[in-house]
Amino acid sequence: MRRHLSKICLLVSLILCAVVSLLQGYIGAYYFQIIIYIGINTILASSLNLINGFAGQFSLGHAGFMAIGAYTSSIITATLHLQPGSPISHLIFTGALLAGGLMASLFGLLVGIPSLRLKGDYLAITTLGFGEIIRVLIQNMDFLGAARGFSGVPKLANFFWVYAIAAILIFFLYNLINSTYGKGFLAVRDDEIAAEATGISATRLKVVAFVTGAFFAGIAGGLYAHFVTYINPSQFGFLRSFEIVVMVVVGGMGSIPGVILAAILLTVLPEALRAIAQYRMVIYAMLLIIIMLVRPQGLFGAGINIKRYFKKSTEPV
Amino acid sequence: MLVIENLRICYGAIAAVRGISLKVESGRIVTLIGANGAGKSTTLRGICGLVKAVTGKIMFEENDITNLPPHKIVAAGVVMAPEGRMIFANLSTRENLEMGAYLRKDKKEINRDIDYVFTIFPKLKERINQPGGKLSGGEQQMLAIGRAILARPKLMLLDEPSLGIAPILVKTIFRKIVDINKELGTTILLVEQNAHLALSIADYAYVLETGELCLEGKAADIAGNQQVRKAYLGES
Ligand SMILES: Nc1ncnc2c1ncn2[C@@H]1O[C@H](COP(=O)(O)OP(=O)(O)OP(=O)(O)O)[C@@H](O)[C@H]1O
Ligand SMILES: [Mg+2]
Repeated sequence: MRRHLSKICLLVSLILCAVVSLLQGYIGAYYFQIIIYIGINTILASSLNLINGFAGQFSLGHAGFMAIGAYTSSIITATLHLQPGSPISHLIFTGALLAGGLMASLFGLLVGIPSLRLKGDYLAITTLGFGEIIRVLIQNMDFLGAARGFSGVPKLANFFWVYAIAAILIFFLYNLINSTYGKGFLAVRDDEIAAEATGISATRLKVVAFVTGAFFAGIAGGLYAHFVTYINPSQFGFLRSFEIVVMVVVGGMGSIPGVILAAILLTVLPEALRAIAQYRMVIYAMLLIIIMLVRPQGLFGAGINIKRYFKKSTEPV
Repeated sequence: MLVIENLRICYGAIAAVRGISLKVESGRIVTLIGANGAGKSTTLRGICGLVKAVTGKIMFEENDITNLPPHKIVAAGVVMAPEGRMIFANLSTRENLEMGAYLRKDKKEINRDIDYVFTIFPKLKERINQPGGKLSGGEQQMLAIGRAILARPKLMLLDEPSLGIAPILVKTIFRKIVDINKELGTTILLVEQNAHLALSIADYAYVLETGELCLEGKAADIAGNQQVRKAYLGES
């Protein structure tokens, strides 16, 4: 019954996406852009929630995966000179997004493997380094436009694409976390040795979390590129990763609705406070500190205490 | 059922288990007793693959399980209820039990086994939706044993089920261990500080001293042994 309910919810939201996307011409360009960013940030934050919240791996390199997805899909659609509007272009766009997601998950595999040995702050630093390496690499690749950026990406992403994918991701996460397989992530997060002792392969699940999270980050990157039509490496720097982490922490690690709410709030808020936009990162950092001190389980969600990620483990592995 | 030959396990430079050999026959309750730091927990961790054996061989039902990854050993039918319980703090009682059945697919049977756990530990049923971290120490111990039952193991390893639990409850828990052995036919290897109690329910016993076995025999004989009475049963 519950399974059907979530399927019905997905169907309804997909139909809703289609209906709303017919009306997108009536929404002002500025508001429309914010709405799209909310959707993309929801995908980014929810996918990071799988890694940081469910599986308990503190990753700080999500923008790196996003960049890989953005560039991979853009290369495909730009070289094929896709024109928005034709049905075939949407088909190829789907393929390009998937390719971007797959490429990102390939890198997720590479990052996931060290995560098996590293914990807490060490893993955070390693993934942060990964994100920066990706950015610097792109900056030095001429065929990707290097620091000048990559322009002429066809504007293929629209309301339907962004929100349909967000809905699918949320449906996926919701079902995952209510399945025995998915609860294995939470078990690994709670106690890795006990998880191993009950027959869960912690190694496998951690890598799965990284690969899946990276996949959706790559797709989000593709959507972003095909909405703004121009990308450059500085859009995918550390600050971007940091923003996504803040969304997850504020929303409550491991809380699906909390993280969605935080993604919405933290997309709208900076826009509403345009006047002090240059202090955005200061505000984010302060927000993070306040959350850690006052509400470590997150603002909205019944997430878990963020402090536990940085406890030193004394258990044998 | 379980045959260990010359098992040696080290933590860095420290040899915690120094070449022990033991046997657990199918259907029995076998206990491994010894003082703090003797290497009892290390032996159990070695059997279920959580620490690597440096030398030696662990055979389970004719299969070599030495140094297999832990989930393969669980799949083979060996499960441990670890020392200090190690409950999943953010999962409910029910979810903790379900995690025990992680490798199983038979939904109906799993539910029946959950009901079985609730009949032997009715306290757990009252706490069914409570997060594991919020259970009392005794309830967590019952949950740890329940979680092990849910794996439907052929061999269950229990590491100090009496740890930090009131004497009355300890007696109950030990009775339940006998029940599990009798009703489900699960073979049990029990590690205990409380040698007296362990020997009272076991068929066979091994005594471990600083990583080496110093004595073995029928539990009743061991309980009557002068040396053991002095060292572990608090007689002078
Ligand atoms: N993770 C570890 N790292 C280093 N040394 C360890 C580790 N775990 C145990 N030891 C050492 O190995 C030896 C055996 O420990 P073990 O936990 O097996 O003892 P035990 O018989 O279970 O004791 P207790 O009755 O106190 O639980 C001890 O000297 C202990 O200090
Ligand atoms: Mg011990």
